[in-house]
Amino acid sequence: MRMIGWLGLAALAFTVGGTAQAETVKIGVVLPFSGANADLGHQIDKAFDLYVKLHANDIAPNKVEIIKRDEGPPTGAQAKTVATELVTNDKVQILTGFVFSPSAIALAAVVTQAKVPMVIANAGTAWITNLSPYIARLSFSMWHPAYPMGAYAHDKIGCKTAAMAYTDFPPGKDSTEAFKAGFEKAGGKITEAIPMGSPVQVPDFTPFFQRIKDAKPDCMYVFIPSGAHAAGVMKAYGELGMRKGGVKLIGPMDLIPDNKLQDMGDAAIGTIVMSHYAVDLDNAENKAFNKAWHDAYGEDSYPDFMSAAGWDTMHAIFDTIKKLNGKVDDGQKVIDTMKGWTSKGPRGTVTIDAATRDIVQDEHAMEVVRKADGKLGVKILDTTKGVKDECKELKVGRCGS
Amino acid sequence: MPQVVNIAVSILFDGLAYAMFLFITSVGLSVTMGLMGFVNLAHGAFAMAGGYIVVTLTRTLGFGFVTSLVVAAVAVGAASVVFERGLYRRLYKSTDLEQVLLTIGLAFMAIATATYFYGPIPRSVPLPDWLQGDVNLGFRYFPTYRAFLIVLGAALIAVLWYAFERTNIGAKVRAAVDNRRMAESVGINVDRLFTLTFAVGSGLAALGGGLAIQLLGLSPSFAVLYLVLFLIVVAVGGLGSLKGTLLAALVLGVFDTAGKYLLADAGGFFVYAVTVVVLLIKPAGFYGRE
Amino acid sequence: MAASDIMSATDPGQVRERAAEYLLKRHRFRLAECLPWLLAIAVFFVFPDRMTFGSQVLVLVMFALSLDLILGYAGIVTLGHAAFFGIGAYTVGLAAARLQWTEPISGLFAAAIVAGFVGFITGWFLLRYRGLTLLMLTLATAILLQETGNLRSDISGGYDGLPGLAFKPLLGVFDYDLYGHTYYLYALAALAVVFYFVRRIVYSPFGQALTGIRENVRRMHAIGSPVHRRLVTVYTIAAAIAGVAGALFTQTNAYVTLTVFDFDNSAKVMVMLILGGTGRLYGAFVGAAVYMVLEDYFSKLSPTFWQFGIGLVLVLTVLFARRGVLGLFESAGQYLTERKKP
Repeated sequence: MRMIGWLGLAALAFTVGGTAQAETVKIGVVLPFSGANADLGHQIDKAFDLYVKLHANDIAPNKVEIIKRDEGPPTGAQAKTVATELVTNDKVQILTGFVFSPSAIALAAVVTQAKVPMVIANAGTAWITNLSPYIARLSFSMWHPAYPMGAYAHDKIGCKTAAMAYTDFPPGKDSTEAFKAGFEKAGGKITEAIPMGSPVQVPDFTPFFQRIKDAKPDCMYVFIPSGAHAAGVMKAYGELGMRKGGVKLIGPMDLIPDNKLQDMGDAAIGTIVMSHYAVDLDNAENKAFNKAWHDAYGEDSYPDFMSAAGWDTMHAIFDTIKKLNGKVDDGQKVIDTMKGWTSKGPRGTVTIDAATRDIVQDEHAMEVVRKADGKLGVKILDTTKGVKDECKELKVGRCGS
Repeated sequence: MPQVVNIAVSILFDGLAYAMFLFITSVGLSVTMGLMGFVNLAHGAFAMAGGYIVVTLTRTLGFGFVTSLVVAAVAVGAASVVFERGLYRRLYKSTDLEQVLLTIGLAFMAIATATYFYGPIPRSVPLPDWLQGDVNLGFRYFPTYRAFLIVLGAALIAVLWYAFERTNIGAKVRAAVDNRRMAESVGINVDRLFTLTFAVGSGLAALGGGLAIQLLGLSPSFAVLYLVLFLIVVAVGGLGSLKGTLLAALVLGVFDTAGKYLLADAGGFFVYAVTVVVLLIKPAGFYGRE
Repeated sequence: MAASDIMSATDPGQVRERAAEYLLKRHRFRLAECLPWLLAIAVFFVFPDRMTFGSQVLVLVMFALSLDLILGYAGIVTLGHAAFFGIGAYTVGLAAARLQWTEPISGLFAAAIVAGFVGFITGWFLLRYRGLTLLMLTLATAILLQETGNLRSDISGGYDGLPGLAFKPLLGVFDYDLYGHTYYLYALAALAVVFYFVRRIVYSPFGQALTGIRENVRRMHAIGSPVHRRLVTVYTIAAAIAGVAGALFTQTNAYVTLTVFDFDNSAKVMVMLILGGTGRLYGAFVGAAVYMVLEDYFSKLSPTFWQFGIGLVLVLTVLFARRGVLGLFESAGQYLTERKKP
């Protein structure tokens, strides 16, 4: 009986909020602010802050109140606890952030039960959006870059054979599976797939790469989480002289996050990735975004693909608040409003697929080059417009359910 | 060159370079734990501090890489004396558990402090030209930085061995590790000896931290991320033994590399499997006292 | 009365009598022991919106309690206790995901049995060792289990875990609500049962023998106490309890990933226990609760730098409250009672 009483009270608290004129929308932001992956959380958080600061007037007279909590390690448990409390205790109306897939997976049942929309700004395991009708994803699925990379690598880069090396956890498996599907469909041959240990292991990839170098495939497709490991890949690749040895390095954007690219040095030049974002992407929104970023965080700070997704995430949330005039208590309505949302952002045109609530975006093949100003950057080689999550299109494994 | 030989050379070379890093970073921990039985879980924090000092010196102040390594080692070694005198000293007679609590607390504070000053993004160092690329040793090419690691490691081992086995202070340290009470009763000031070895050990950790940036990257969580690895080297080698730490670093380094190269699927197993096997057979490690 | 009072008696009969009286007195239920339980119930009514966090605290209290049994009472220092927590967590997780065994209470028993079994096997091998060797062996065991799980991620779900576990309503009646009220009371009830059990053990002759082993293992050997057997027994019991805590963890989260085996998990529970005070039953309560509440408080204050606060608390505890938070209270209590005496 007690429990029903509490629930009733809570429900009351939810409805009472909807009477005043100017609304304050409470948004819960869950990102890893501490721990080994704190830099990923900060890349997104900076984009959130920047968007809120620059666009506060867009939703006037309504306001947003942002409550930030630490996502912690990729266990799912801490994220679930803090996010549930954001809903039950802080009464947030929208949850966003979520770098790690386990966090999103653990929370799927909670947001379904609470009917609170969860707008994912990173977590990339493909089938997450199937877990709850209250999930929308503005970032990417592992399949977004990896699947088109398969065909591109075979047809344009000239990889007849490729070895795959990946961090042995679900996004790594997802990414390589997607690449393999695309690559083999185009007629390429995967020579071997090497798991390089779990994400917590020492990021020294030399033994793995040495093995691949000795086997001499045309290309090496690498997936690693975009933290300290990205730099490790480039160091091992450079030190072993693999490019000289005739093995081209290819992969998704996690290989060359913009905020770490400058440190990677000459070893990175020539790397070809499939990505939906780079600082050098040539469009007006991206130029404005970069300028605002440097103005706010200094010349040495760069946004990366995660920041771009963070920016678009907040953009979608703000547009939804505006459209509903601040009345976002009905989670179903919020998600319905987001379905089909489309806009131009740093990544170019992005759309939320009404059917899957996942992002539709352009994917670019990019090559790392030394730019005229002496800095490292990318050259866009090829663009595929409006890429959907192929995992769900092809109904692979869990994506099919 | 036949493929098999080529593979063996690769494994030995990479394993050796990795082993040198493990040795340099862990040897201080081994000696201080052997000498005082002090469980110092903040050892990784000293290594991290060394790494960040190298970053500041090279990136902001324009020092050379090698100079920065030396400065970082000396600075952290000197700073560690302050910690030893101010904090650690109070807990010599305490239980292991209290030492764990203190040093893990310090490690946590170090992580937050490093985040405050350097941010959470992994940092790198600019290497001088002569450390980049690869070097031709006649029969094949090797990554220059790793070759540098091996040479530096070998030189350090020689110096440490001389200091440990051939000098008066080294003899005192060995005596104190063997039997502290006896050493004290013959007039060796073990407390002061500990301060000295603690400073040298922390300095070496800082050196290891600086060298690790190119190998593993450097972020605030470095303070605890590789702690388990250092403890494993210490345990497998045997407390307080220079020889043991070296052998453990070599065995673990080479086995880990070989496992990753030859059996990538189970690559993560090797370090731990070797640890379990060695400790089951020799509980005190290779050269520890039973 | 202290142990020295017993020994000061000259007549052997008197010694026995005093010893019996001493043990009885220790065993007797003290009124102060109600406090944590009353507090836990009060929390339920005062913070109804924070029960998700509350149940996590209770789970960790149970986990720390199981560690106290071996660390605080038997003196076994381990850095791999997460192994048993993880096994318990995966027992109910796999049972629910693969076998559709979703009844929660029987799941706890299953977790206890499986984790206890693994505890028995590993304990039988490992408890011959002590010190750093034991520390590393237990740590390696936990990590090897984790690696095995990752190798067979087709079964374990790997680092993405076993999602969407749906457990049957408690006792067939009480369903799980968003606010976690059911979970909290469920975890509290489980903790109470486990605690009663642990308390019985600690104050039994077996428990006294464990303390003997902790204090002086050679003397226990000398008086013919079966040291290894006793250590393995208590290790098995502690493993089973950690397994129950792990099972509760999976059930309250409806989710489990391989990170439950993390070294961090083993280290954190140890830090909690030392913070609260080892070898005194309620140290687990105080330690886990204080640590979790501080972490929650600091991380709300500053999601980025909260570790500084926790670290500082740990350092200050060591410097000024040697025997943990509970030890601090004890000293204060002692000081007050001594002052009352003329």
